[in-house]
This record gives sequence, C-alpha cells and structure tokens, in this order.
Amino acid sequence: MSDRPAEPAPVERVRVTGPDRRRSTVTHPTGTREIDAGTQLGAIYMGSLVRDQLLLALRILFVLAVSVASLPLVFHLWPDLAGVRVLGVPLPWLLLGVLVHPWLIVLGWVYVRRAEAQERDFAALVEEVER
Amino acid sequence: MIHPVSPDLTTVPGIVAVGFVTIATLVIGTWGLRFSRTTSDFFVASRTVRPGLNASAIGGEYLSAASFLGVAGLLLVFGADMLWYPVGWTAGYLVLLVLVAAPLRRSGAYTLPDFAEARLGSRRVRAVCSLLVVLIGWLYLLPQFQGASVTLTAAIGAPSWLGVVIVAAVVLANVSSGGMRSITFVQAFQYWLKLTALLVPAAFLLVVWAGDGAPDPSLAAGGGSGGWSLPLGAGGAQGLYVTYSLIAATFLGTMGLPHVVVRFYTNPDGRAARRTTLVVLGLLGAFYVLPPVYAALGRVYAPELIAAGRSDVLVLELPRLMLPGLTGDLLTGLVTAGAFAAFLSTSSGLAIAVAGVLSQDVTGRRFGGRRLGGVAAFRVGAALAVVVPCVVALGIPGVGVARTVGLAFAVAASTFCPLLLLGIWWRGLTAAGAVAGLLVGGVGSGVAVGWTLVTSATTGWTAVLLGQPAAWSVPAGVVTMVVVSLLTRDRVPAHTSRFMVRLHTPESVGVDRG
Repeated sequence: MSDRPAEPAPVERVRVTGPDRRRSTVTHPTGTREIDAGTQLGAIYMGSLVRDQLLLALRILFVLAVSVASLPLVFHLWPDLAGVRVLGVPLPWLLLGVLVHPWLIVLGWVYVRRAEAQERDFAALVEEVER
Repeated sequence: MIHPVSPDLTTVPGIVAVGFVTIATLVIGTWGLRFSRTTSDFFVASRTVRPGLNASAIGGEYLSAASFLGVAGLLLVFGADMLWYPVGWTAGYLVLLVLVAAPLRRSGAYTLPDFAEARLGSRRVRAVCSLLVVLIGWLYLLPQFQGASVTLTAAIGAPSWLGVVIVAAVVLANVSSGGMRSITFVQAFQYWLKLTALLVPAAFLLVVWAGDGAPDPSLAAGGGSGGWSLPLGAGGAQGLYVTYSLIAATFLGTMGLPHVVVRFYTNPDGRAARRTTLVVLGLLGAFYVLPPVYAALGRVYAPELIAAGRSDVLVLELPRLMLPGLTGDLLTGLVTAGAFAAFLSTSSGLAIAVAGVLSQDVTGRRFGGRRLGGVAAFRVGAALAVVVPCVVALGIPGVGVARTVGLAFAVAASTFCPLLLLGIWWRGLTAAGAVAGLLVGGVGSGVAVGWTLVTSATTGWTAVLLGQPAAWSVPAGVVTMVVVSLLTRDRVPAHTSRFMVRLHTPESVGVDRG
C-alpha cells in the first residue's frame, strides 16, 4: 500500500516513505497467518499452547491424585485413622462424603480460570498486529 | 380411591408420583418441541444451550438409578468403601473438564464416532466407535429399565414388566418427538426434581433422628463398626486393588460415556463447555452429599433391609419406616417421583446418544435405493435404541443394577478414554493404533463384563481382576494405541496439525480450522 509513488514527492517526503515501505515489505505475518500457513513458527505457537494447557491439566490431576486418590492407600497403611472422629463424624465419612465435593469444585474453578487466562495470552500473542 | 382395583392406600402416593413425573415429562417435552425444528435441534439442540441450563440437564441425565437408589443401598450394606462410587462419578467430571471438555466441543463433531472419524480420517475407526457406543449405551440402559421395574414393584405393587414398558414408552415418545432440544428442558427439570426428592425427606428424617437423641449410626446394626467406616475394600491387597480399579473406572470412564459426551456438543463454544462442566461439579456435589445421610439413618432405623437383601429400596422405604402417617406417605411419594425421574432422564440421554449414532451409521444409510431423511432416521434409530434393551430387560430380569452400571464405566474407560486422551493431546495417533487400542481395551473389559455377568464368584484373584477390570484394561488399551501408532507412524493423518489447531485454539482467534 505504501508502494504508491507520491506525485509531488519533495526530498524530505521520500525519506519518510522509505523506512515506511521497508517496514511493510519486511512485516511479519501475524501469528494466526503463521499457523494457517503451517510454518515452523506457527507450529511453535501451537505447540506452546497445547503444552501449556496439558501441563495445567496434569498439575490439576496431580493434586487430585495426591489429595483424593491417595486416600485408599493411606487408610490401608493406617487403618486406625478410620476410627478418628471430627465433630462426631468418622474421618472417612467426613472426607469422602462431604469435604471432597467442595474440594473438587475448587480444583475445577482454578483450572477454568487458568485455562482461560492461558487462552487469552495465546490470543494476544498470535493476533498481535505487527507495526 | 384413585385406583379402585387396589384398596391398599399405601400405594396411592407411589401411583400419584409416577403419574406426575410421567405427565410432567411429556408436557415439558411437548413444550420443548416448539423450539425443535431442524435436524440440528434433534441432535445437539442447535448448540445454543446456556451453561446453567445445560449443566442442570447434564446433572439430570447423569444421576441415574444407581445414584438415586443404588449408592445409599451400597453404603448401608458395605460402608465407606462404597463412597468411591459417588466420589468417582463426580471426580470423573473434573478429569473430563481438564482433559477433554473444551477440545471436544471445539472438534465440532456430533458424536464420539464423528470425533474419531474427523480426527483420524478413517471409516474403520468410525465403525468400531459406533459399535462401542451402541454396546455401552445398551449395557447402561439395561439396568435403568430393570431398576424401573424393581421400583414400580416396590412402590405400587405393579407387575415387573410394567415399569420397563412405561419407562421405555415415555422415553421413546419424548426422544423421538422432540430430540435433544426438548430433552434438555426435561432433564434440567428432572435434576431439580431429584435433588428436591432426596433433600426434603432427608431434612424431615434428620429432625426425627435428632428428636430420638441422635443415635450413632456407626454403633448401630450389630457393632463391628470399624470396617463400616474404612474407605477401602475388604481383603488386604485384593481390597486395595478393587478400590483403585473402581477409581480408575469412574475417574476415567465418565468422559467415555456416550450420553455424557453428546451433551458437550450442545454448548455454544469451548469456553461454555468448561463453565458448564464446572457447574456440573457443583450440582453433583450437592446431590451426592445426600445418599450417605440415608445410609447412616438406615443403619439406625432400617437394619432389617440388610438382612433381607433389599438395600436398593432403602431410599424408598426409609421415610415410611421413620415417619408413620400422612407425612411419611407424602415423603414416600416424593422419593418415588425422584427415583422415577432418575430412570427417565438417564434412559432418555442414553437413547438420544445411541439413536444419534444409529441414525448416522445405520438407519440413515441407503437401503435398496431408499434413504430416510435426518429426522426420520433419528426416530427409527431411537426406536432401535430403546426397544432392544427393553426386550432384553423383559427377557432376563435381575442383573444387579449398580454392578452393570459399574461395568459400563469400565468399558468406557478402557476404550473411549484412551481414544479421547491420545486423540486430543498426542499428534502421533494413527487410525491403526486407535483401532488396535479400542479392540484390546474393548475385548479385555468386555470379556470381564461377560464373565462377571454369568458367574457370581467374588473371591480369589481371577474374580477380583475380572470383576473390576479397569486397572489393567485401561493401561492395556493406552499402551496398545501408543505402540501400534508408533509402528505405523508413517500413516499419521496429513491433517493432524490442522485438526490440533481446531481442538485447542479459542474460538475468538481467527485461524483456519480446516
């Protein structure tokens, strides 16, 4: 677009359009165009998004495994814990009957917040307009 | 008085309740029909369902007879290790949320076979997936129909075939007339009905319990209470294996259930799919706090149900056992309504999912130069989806409700879970790898299901390994899929990169999604 020759073209004006034209020909396509064209850079953009989202999911699942899925092993190794009472309720019933449910919601809420933030970052990265 | 043939007044609340739920379901279904005009409405409600409504519908569809009746009964008899059923059924949604929800919605496919074909570009993978969806759907529908028969027999003394026929007929009428759009309203209504039907009686019963001086449930029913509070199976290493295998089946199986997955396509976009799932976690948590209350009260007030082997009717009978008179009758009517809603909603969801697959892959095909239109094919598919398990349920009554549902989870975890996880997160998956993994996981868990249904042995390692197969069949499926994919790595579909872009980029980003 800046290739249009300026008709009156005074000397100073040529100097101004010079860098302008060079910038527009060297302009990098935005990230979305890299992804659409299947370039190496596009693959890096996509790879980083997929890796970030997968790592986030695995972190949440790790917390789930340590905090909830470990309980059978814990009670297998220390069966006396089943007799412990908190507020009159046996510990296993309190943990697995009540407390696990708000805990799952907290994990889900943290995941949704982080996943959406990572998607916003990705969108900002690949839609950045070169200037 | 309502039913002159049967002067027994105790059946009146049950009849009124079943009648109310049936009529309400049909009325809401018909009302939803006004919004249901296109084939897209039938399959996915044209993808415009908001997270709140969609989450209620998912909750309504997911909380089946096993949740409403089975869990309380299992907890009453076996104690805290059975808490892993409701915990696993809820945590399965967290696993689904973090690994599958948004990419699955973004894949833009209608059903699991659609996803597999779009991802791998193979008709053969599609055929295997369709077969599995139909088998899992039928395996899950069977106990719903049988549970309905048990409930109607207990509540109103109906002959055992009547419950099966009523549920099958109402489901068929609703599904084939309104499809996904109308069933969304029906199922959302049924979630709140089920929650109310457990919550209100529980509040009354807790007041009675407190009035009796709050006797301790873990000390009631013949002492020996240590095991009742231990959250793991009996028998040392075998008990540990059974518990962890159950955790694997439920945590991983939820994402592979056909009626769960089909709901995700009704979300407007991937972000809504995530938010819907988060709301589902809350709705399921609110519901699953209640069955342990019934089990604990049952220890005190209904220990005779354990001895009689009728623990499945605990929720239905507890109100009358604790509260004689009109209050008890009204509460009995309420829990009966909730139980009936549980059969109807889960069966409807399964029928929709199976009908969707059948209509795309079987009834929508060309037969002798004639081809059914989209909606007509869906209706014929719905009839097939409902009639086959209905006939089986009438033919062989008495397969354990919770057991069959648990096995359906194990098959789903061994087949669709590896396919979804690897398909979404690993570029290297090939069609040959997917087929091999689906067959290994499906045949492995399927043999275990067949063996478990025909025998009654529950001791010894063979019975333990086959009775709860997920802990070995899921890894077997995953490993097979990965190894065969690596061996055929020159046949990774050419469009894999483009499909990954579609699965993982947010809809707001303007990229080519293939």
